[in-house]
Amino acid sequence: MTSQLLQLQRRMATAVMEPLTRQETTRKIRRDGAVMAREASVFIKPNASLTSLERLEIYNKQYWFRLYSSLEDDFPGLLAVLGRRTFERVMRCYLDTYPSTSFTLRDLGSKLLMYLSSHEALTGGKSKLVLDVVGLEWAHIEAYDAATFPAPEPKYFAGITDDSLLRLQPSVRLLELSYPVDDLLISIRQSIGSSDTSSNNASVTRKSSTIRYVGKISPTNLWLAVHRQEFAVYYKRLRPEEYRMLCGIQAGLPLGEVFGTAFQGSTMDEASQADLLQEAFHQWAVLGWLCAPE
Amino acid sequence: MPANRFNGFTEYGVGIGLRIPHYQHIFEQKPVVDWFEIISENYMVDGGRPLYILDQILDQYRVVQHGVSLYLGSAERLNREHLRRLKELVRRTKTPWLTDHLCWGSVDGRYTHDLLPMPYTFEAARVTAEKIRHVQDFLEIPIAVENVSSYAEFHVSEMTEWEFLVEVVEQADCGILLDVNNIYVSSRNHGFDALEYVNSIPAERVAQIHIAGHSKFQKYTLDTHDHPVIEPVWQLYKRSIERCGSTATLLEWDDNIPSFEEVHREALKANCFLDQQHESAGIRPISTVVSQPGAM
Repeated sequence: MTSQLLQLQRRMATAVMEPLTRQETTRKIRRDGAVMAREASVFIKPNASLTSLERLEIYNKQYWFRLYSSLEDDFPGLLAVLGRRTFERVMRCYLDTYPSTSFTLRDLGSKLLMYLSSHEALTGGKSKLVLDVVGLEWAHIEAYDAATFPAPEPKYFAGITDDSLLRLQPSVRLLELSYPVDDLLISIRQSIGSSDTSSNNASVTRKSSTIRYVGKISPTNLWLAVHRQEFAVYYKRLRPEEYRMLCGIQAGLPLGEVFGTAFQGSTMDEASQADLLQEAFHQWAVLGWLCAPE
Repeated sequence: MPANRFNGFTEYGVGIGLRIPHYQHIFEQKPVVDWFEIISENYMVDGGRPLYILDQILDQYRVVQHGVSLYLGSAERLNREHLRRLKELVRRTKTPWLTDHLCWGSVDGRYTHDLLPMPYTFEAARVTAEKIRHVQDFLEIPIAVENVSSYAEFHVSEMTEWEFLVEVVEQADCGILLDVNNIYVSSRNHGFDALEYVNSIPAERVAQIHIAGHSKFQKYTLDTHDHPVIEPVWQLYKRSIERCGSTATLLEWDDNIPSFEEVHREALKANCFLDQQHESAGIRPISTVVSQPGAM
């Protein structure tokens, strides 16, 4: 038997999570046909100043404004690419399909890339650029607070064979992109600064950041590592061979396979391949990207 | 009374919330602050800057954890992953007690990220108390629950908000984080006597007190934490201190955050009430009063 408490909470959550109108007010008629004023009056008491619906509306607005604000903080690049109106329409659809299932707002955008990949029509002709921007912005969030594991001992490198394994630090994220969105996000993030995360204060007014709109961006294939140094997140462009090697390490392949995959179809001669390997591994070790296998 | 089993038998004085805009000032100036309250969820991560900052703070200051999403009043089960991460953080901060809200915010695994009001029913009190007991057992530290500001009341309620709070904390045998600003805000929105609320609280269970500012709109008052504390809220604080004794106090300021000095100065106004309490108890005041509330 469903408890009275659960019934009430389901009823209120459904009302609170119902999307707002374009004028950012509570809908008169819910999408399932329920009349919101009647629905609110079933479980919320009116008082001398506010009807049941007006009291419900405070929570309905707070829900959407808090979530929009969180997504704006996490995806400033997407906001710049889409503009506020389209951004909010896309986010409303996203949250309607994937409401938060985590205790932390940090995870709110965790399914956005997957959602947009299967709803390209929502972002029109910009879908490829949008996917690149969202992929990079989510990688940035993950790199920011990922765990750090100990680097391999120097002697480990001395004994490396084709069967040896390495791991990448969880803060290293690899992306294959069609647009130079790294430059775009660097300039956007520099202009907006940082903001606080969770708090417990209320707001029924919009907290909107200033948008920097993006002009036309020409496509360019690039391979990127998002990584963390001294607690700040950086973007580093990679050669395709480096990208493939890092992907192989991340996938847990033995180093022999990692090298084989990296140079498949490459026109690079053997001497150059050896130089690249030496240079790349030295750089990754210096940057602290590698950690010992478990 | 101020040092009690619900705050780990500590006497923490007056603290402020740890907020990003103040990091630079804190690390450069190293101000004397009795303690900082952190929002637990901001540090329940695997690594990176949030934990680095926290560790630096922990090297120099006392920290108490305050949560925003345990949702002790939700009808659904507690989130195991949330509890696991919370326990990791408790071990890191060594918080002597932990607070979260007497509210709900999730149902069927969907989170609203809001502090939604409880229906004041005996069923809700029982469910909530059971969850608080479970959290206390799991975390192995005292829990204190905070009364929230609310903007709606339910037809099904069977008692007043303060009766509900007492019912929950007695069934759970937990502490209270008494937010006098929230009492004031809710009293404006629901038309009850805020002083009656304060007078009805079991003083021996109060582990901590919150003070904050709010915003008045035409038809309701909102708990915005973006203003100084107003005189009627200071009066509720005074009465609470008279009843509870010199209790750990924290100023919340979460929006339009002014300089560190301004926030700290506002918080330290609480000391004049704490000192009065010390004097009446025959204890020499320990603080320097920055300014007198009500004399501005």
